[in-house]
Amino acid sequence: MQITQMIVEAFQERFQAGLYEFRNEVSLILSTEQIAPAALALRDEFNFELLAEETAVDYWPEQAPRFHVVYRFRSLKHNAIIGARVPLDGNAPSMPSLVSVYANANWFERELWDMFGIRFEGHPDLRRVVMPYDWEGHPLRKDYPLGYEEVQFSFNFEEIDVRKPYAQD
Amino acid sequence: MMSDETEFREIEFNLAPDSLDELKHLVSQRAVDGDTVLLNMGPQHPSTHGVLRLLLELDGEQVINCIPDVGFLHTGIEKNMEAKTYEKAIVMTDRLDYLNNLGNNLAYCMAIEKLCDLDVPPRAQALRVILAELQRISSHLVWLGTHALDMAAMSVFLYCFRERESILDIFEMCSGQRMMTTYIRPGGLWRDTPVEFEDAVRNFLKIFPSRIDEYERLLTKNPLFLERTRKIGMLPPDVALQYGVTGPALRASGVNHDLRKVQPYSGYEQYDFEVPTHTDCDTYARYLVRIEELHQSLHIVEQALNKLPLGPVRSNNRKYVPPPRSEIGVSMEALIHHFKLWTEGFTPPVGSVYSAVESPRGELGVYLESDGSPKPYRVHWRTPSFTNMQILPYLAKSHLVADLVVLIGTIDVVLGDVDR
Amino acid sequence: MGVEQKLGNMGVVTLKLEQLVNWSRSNAMWPMLFGLACCAIEMMSAQAAHYDMSRFGMELMRASPRQSDLMIVAGRVSRKMAPVLRRLYDQMPDPKWVIAMGDCASCGGVFNNYAIVQGVDEVVPVDVYVAGCPPRPEALIHGIVTLHEKVKGERLAHWT
Repeated sequence: MQITQMIVEAFQERFQAGLYEFRNEVSLILSTEQIAPAALALRDEFNFELLAEETAVDYWPEQAPRFHVVYRFRSLKHNAIIGARVPLDGNAPSMPSLVSVYANANWFERELWDMFGIRFEGHPDLRRVVMPYDWEGHPLRKDYPLGYEEVQFSFNFEEIDVRKPYAQD
Repeated sequence: MMSDETEFREIEFNLAPDSLDELKHLVSQRAVDGDTVLLNMGPQHPSTHGVLRLLLELDGEQVINCIPDVGFLHTGIEKNMEAKTYEKAIVMTDRLDYLNNLGNNLAYCMAIEKLCDLDVPPRAQALRVILAELQRISSHLVWLGTHALDMAAMSVFLYCFRERESILDIFEMCSGQRMMTTYIRPGGLWRDTPVEFEDAVRNFLKIFPSRIDEYERLLTKNPLFLERTRKIGMLPPDVALQYGVTGPALRASGVNHDLRKVQPYSGYEQYDFEVPTHTDCDTYARYLVRIEELHQSLHIVEQALNKLPLGPVRSNNRKYVPPPRSEIGVSMEALIHHFKLWTEGFTPPVGSVYSAVESPRGELGVYLESDGSPKPYRVHWRTPSFTNMQILPYLAKSHLVADLVVLIGTIDVVLGDVDR
Repeated sequence: MGVEQKLGNMGVVTLKLEQLVNWSRSNAMWPMLFGLACCAIEMMSAQAAHYDMSRFGMELMRASPRQSDLMIVAGRVSRKMAPVLRRLYDQMPDPKWVIAMGDCASCGGVFNNYAIVQGVDEVVPVDVYVAGCPPRPEALIHGIVTLHEKVKGERLAHWT
């Protein structure tokens, strides 16, 4: 807890970072401009060697901020973990990439582009990672439907069977 | 067979999506000039351990660039979990990393327990450790079998799957299923283990050490195996950390990092075990680390079994954990709780948590966000294979194609874990 | 069977061409080495020593679709994988059969969402469905034996 306290104080002073605390987990709330220098400071000054995860949450229908990008950094030296949240406005948001700081942000950010449609500036290879190349939409957004198909039971078997697209030889 | 009238279902083929123009930034200039060859490996390839597609730039047999293409097993688990209640979503977790089913259950249930501030009885904790370690052994056995199979050592595969069967029998005994157990639930376990459980595990503990020796006799000093693994896929520790590699791959690079030690969960702090590390950083070192992990896991299981406490296996916090079947007939309150929990589900407080466990492949983390409704607002799986997979282009550089299958094996990817 | 029952042992066996071809087809069926997800692990178990699928003439898994007769779709088929699957099926020479192993391949299973094809029969024609999530190796072997029975019952008129 010592090191996280130190970081929180330093970052509040340097980046005017907000603070989110829940169940002993500390997350700094940073703005889009600050995340790259903050990550660099975490890595170089505070020995947070690993980017543990990077993901996003969609708060649709709220527009500002619609997304929160969530980071989690892990330090092996201090055996500590600290989070960061970056609020993002709008339907087609963009923010700076962390690939130059942590190399494994590459696929995390590709996944965020794929799943949420968040653009990362300065990303070397921003293509879809898991969905097909020609897929439309960003599936993990809250306004994207689950794509549920009606289940065939014995009472509605025939009805659905008629419109089920069976393959031919 | 096919008459003219037979209707052909039109399927668009978009296998080679990216014309060279779109991939120019990933390949070298020589590929653009036509000096090197671009070759597609997968998605159906016997040694890609599932459905992994690799786009290779080759100079003869030498890999210049390797571009992994994943997502052929994307299942939409994260989105689907948002549409289910917390308890019902556990079935999805089994199917993520299908070699570490109980570990996935554990990570997810730990996140819920953290979110709801739920206690787990000591017997359930100990059983969780036993099962998670058995799962680690069975996962490493599949890895060992297929890894050796990739190097054309067929018999190791047969031996490994023989021992795996006895672990699966133990899982089946507890949960009724061999693989998709859904046995670990928020606040404990689904039910207590049957009486035969302890004998079965002890029996396994007795026979397994000699079986590890058997595998080692086949591989550890086998000159063909050494030739294929030594100095292949060097992964220096600084690169491993930069790419966020965790698990045995990181430990074989000399970094002693194991979440069971540094951030003990489920009572791992009570058990005495070592974290095997190696400083050779190559494929052989990763093999040795995983073999040693088999011994250490056995050691943990033995200790946990020796001091397995008696008592309940589910928390009796009735706001989150359904009452036992026996209470429903006699207690009105229990009946109401049962009905509420299985129809509506429980409502955790608003907030977000991250909980991580050490899976056989590395750090398996769950980011769980709740908006106070009975369904999770957002679940994100930080899966070890997804992160470890990014190291493959680095490892594959300037190796031969034949070594590539070894490298895919050595980082131990499970495609269900990568694509989710 | 045929005339040899009337005339005694002449060192020959007579039978219908249909039976002969079906017998050879069903007893040397080469499955394609093609695992998708969880079910593939159970398929590997079925091939390993404990369940030993080679008892049914199925031990020879071919990595190339050009050499295989049977596609065991072992696991969930995503929208991204479906075209690949169809192409593999088209590359297999006739006669060919498909087993949909597991719930996901049969009907989508628990994954009723945007990413998963709700039943592989939307992409390729399926001969035998094996239920279970994942099916036990015994269930897979039962599915294969069922397919063998089906092949043995094929008529000359259906051949390709």
